[in-house]
Amino acid sequence: MLLIRCPWCGVRDETEFRYGGQAHLAYPVDPETLSDAEWADFLFMRDNPKGRWAERWMHAAGCRRWFNAIRDTSTHRLVATYRQGEEPPP
Amino acid sequence: MTGRRLETGGGWIDRSRPLRFTFDDREVDGFEGDTVASALLAAGERAGFVSPLQGRPRGVVTAGVEEPNAFVEIAEPWFEPIRPATMVNIVDGLRVVSRAGVGMLPDAAIAPRPARHTHRHVGVLVIGAGTAGRAAASEAAVGEGRVLLVDEHHVVLEPPGGVTTLANTTASGIYDDGYVLCYQREGAHDVIHHVRAGRVVLAAGAHERPLAFVGNDRPGVMLASAARAYLERFGVLVGHHVVVFSTNHAGHEAAEAMHAAGAQVTVVDPSPKVGKASERLRAAGIEVHRNAQVVATDGDPALREVTIVGSDGYRSILPADVLAVSGGWNPTVQLARGMGVGVGYDDARACFVHDGTGPPWLHVVGAAAGDVPAAFPIWVIDDGDDAEKYVEPQRDQTVADVARAVGGGLTSAEHVKRATYIGTTIDQGRTSGVLTAEVVNRLLGWAPGAQGPTNARPPYTPVPFSALAGIDGGPTLLDPIRVTPIHDWHEAHGAVYENVGQWKRPRYFPLDGEDMDAAVVRECRALRTGVGVLDASTLGKIDVCGPDAGTFLDRMYTNRMSNLAVGSIRYGLMLGLDGMVFDDGVAMRLAEDRYVVTTTTGGAAAVLERFEEWLQTEWTDLQVYCTSVTEQWSVVAVGGPNAREVVAASGTDINLDNEAFAFMRFRDGTVADVPVRMCRISFTGELSYELHVSPWHARHVWESVMAAGASFGIAPYGTETMHVLRAEKGYVIVGQETDGTQTPDDLGMGWIVNPGKGDFVGKRSLVRSDTVRADRKHLVGLLTDDPAFRLPEGTQVVEAATAPMPPAHMLGWVTSSYASEAGGHSIALALIERGRERRGGTVHAVVGDRTIACAVTDPIFYDVEGARRDG
Repeated sequence: MLLIRCPWCGVRDETEFRYGGQAHLAYPVDPETLSDAEWADFLFMRDNPKGRWAERWMHAAGCRRWFNAIRDTSTHRLVATYRQGEEPPP
Repeated sequence: MTGRRLETGGGWIDRSRPLRFTFDDREVDGFEGDTVASALLAAGERAGFVSPLQGRPRGVVTAGVEEPNAFVEIAEPWFEPIRPATMVNIVDGLRVVSRAGVGMLPDAAIAPRPARHTHRHVGVLVIGAGTAGRAAASEAAVGEGRVLLVDEHHVVLEPPGGVTTLANTTASGIYDDGYVLCYQREGAHDVIHHVRAGRVVLAAGAHERPLAFVGNDRPGVMLASAARAYLERFGVLVGHHVVVFSTNHAGHEAAEAMHAAGAQVTVVDPSPKVGKASERLRAAGIEVHRNAQVVATDGDPALREVTIVGSDGYRSILPADVLAVSGGWNPTVQLARGMGVGVGYDDARACFVHDGTGPPWLHVVGAAAGDVPAAFPIWVIDDGDDAEKYVEPQRDQTVADVARAVGGGLTSAEHVKRATYIGTTIDQGRTSGVLTAEVVNRLLGWAPGAQGPTNARPPYTPVPFSALAGIDGGPTLLDPIRVTPIHDWHEAHGAVYENVGQWKRPRYFPLDGEDMDAAVVRECRALRTGVGVLDASTLGKIDVCGPDAGTFLDRMYTNRMSNLAVGSIRYGLMLGLDGMVFDDGVAMRLAEDRYVVTTTTGGAAAVLERFEEWLQTEWTDLQVYCTSVTEQWSVVAVGGPNAREVVAASGTDINLDNEAFAFMRFRDGTVADVPVRMCRISFTGELSYELHVSPWHARHVWESVMAAGASFGIAPYGTETMHVLRAEKGYVIVGQETDGTQTPDDLGMGWIVNPGKGDFVGKRSLVRSDTVRADRKHLVGLLTDDPAFRLPEGTQVVEAATAPMPPAHMLGWVTSSYASEAGGHSIALALIERGRERRGGTVHAVVGDRTIACAVTDPIFYDVEGARRDG
């Protein structure tokens, strides 16, 4: 069970959080102008890298805020968490 | 009968506390601190057990959790189906029964061992209280905060100061960020410790390996470390004539210890090198056969003699009652493997050792880290029949069985494990894993260590489910039960419940002697011809307020909510981004900047979460605030042709005339002298008033309605009747008619999608090539020829009258099916491929081994024109 640092509440057990998949996927400005393939790409396709990637979490049993995290998928270690609107740490 | 208890020695036992227990209906003496295994060995028992598949006689092989042979059921003073005899410490009143590797549950119900859970936050957790573990704990006790030391054995000698030490406690799994689950046996009780440690030190030691030679599973053959452990921990000398077959100095030390305790000891060492160790052994008077191997054992069934081949190639026979084997050592890193700790083969020690990888908070020390004796690299003794050389006694698998798997084309130890079941045992292959991998390497002509043993995952040793479940606090602790403020009334009036999410909802209210069908028929009739009342408090309710509330709801629902007039109500459908129906409910507009939306009972939390997600992550410019008010409003739904009269008789200041208070409007006022928000909504097709009141007043309002309705024959009704009535009207239930793969159009609800209002969640997906396919499944009605026959829900539907042989093309399935009291026949809703094109046609439902012809109809069976909602 991971320890996750909520950017608002501090370090808590993973059981307080909900996972939200890949981060920084903006909803298209005008979905109607997208082709079926482009829309399907947004809807269904996600990155699956080995190593660092950005993902979303929500502090469901706490402040209920969504935030972002960098996790290394090869070690399952959370490298950093940061608030919405903040740039991912280097 | 050869083993015996010595007059002195045995650091784990208390000779002043004799105990007696029962093993297979015979009484065995021991001391406090003994295990079942040590007491049996002290009593001279070398066999006593049998193997699970071939029924071969077997004896105790180890002194710990790696035991592959000696298993017992604990019959008294508590029940456990199977435990290694090496890990059961004896207590007063203990009765155990030998088990051949498989536990059996008794016919009668048994009480599980009481269990509780604790949570511990420590600076350092040390796993294993051997030399390395105690040293690590002592060191950590200076300046690293709280230190917890756990050990799976029931005795921890010389526990370090300043450290919390738990014996009988097994770390069963190491998880992320220093989270470790520890399973403690406290007499008749179990404890699960959830430990979160800043640093975890794994000092779990090493397990000794057996060697594969003919007759290596004979009772009397055991591991050298076990023979030494029984001597030093329990004061038990396991044999008089002991042959030690050892590849490393740990075996030699065991030989010296037994020799010193009075046994006649012979050492057989496969290594050709003559070292200081053999000189020392010979000096002590121990016969040493160098460059020699044990090639066979004999006995009836327990060991009587050992055949060895010496360096000169000649065979000789040594009398022996115990053969103590040490084939080398496997560092115990299984616990750490799941955390990314790697291992690599080490030639000198002939084993797999930690390669230094792993998370920064996890440290492996001592024998677990590879601090084990150098060993002569030998696994299988060539001499003799491979079918008599056991690598996994607990599955009766031999070198020949492994060869068969490899001959069949398997090269990976993981695959061989699954073909032979080696390592799928209670001991999780602790003695067999590395041995098997080396047998495979050898058969393939690969170098030793070319591949290692199969990976390990938690739990380290078996943990009872009852321990994981924890305190039996009744069903409410396990999963909360939610009840409405009217629940006590339902209880008093014999309601039969249905679980909806965590809610208890009355399913029906049987009168004397009624079954569900009879009660539902009566309740339906009351609704259609008189008046009925439903507790709808469980509906999810979300208060959505803020200047952008209308804009927000326009984006969440398929239809427009921003132009809803204050005081009005509108039904809405919510989709996922994929265009599939996610939830439904109504929106009430309380003010320009305030709505209350309802959700399905089960969907309330998910809908609120979705609202919050969009507001927080995408539409951060919208000023909208969402609050769950599910439990702030109780709902008494009064429906039926006489509903207006009953609500009026309950006493209200709201004008109930159709003209003043039309369908899909709400009014604030009073009912039965308490404040009410009254809504004209109908899920049954009948004239209906939903009374939304404070939960404090809910019971009062319910009883007032019941009293006012008495002269109209009012019937309380439950979810089953609600389902029948709504199905008669063709109203879908999200989660019953839908399973996350239906668009609004599939459900015949295209009318509620407003493509002209701008973007909304799921809109783009509604024109994807897949969602506009002509052969999608549509919601239709099905009517059977026999009006009394009810199709089972979930029934598959096919085209032809004769049930096709599978794999067959299924047209769809029945989603809802009821006896319709109003229609006088059974009705069903179904999702059928091209269903709307099939209206007027026939399809066939497969029920058991026959097919039932069904007419395809519109999914509305009653009051098609909607004339009844105004009373």
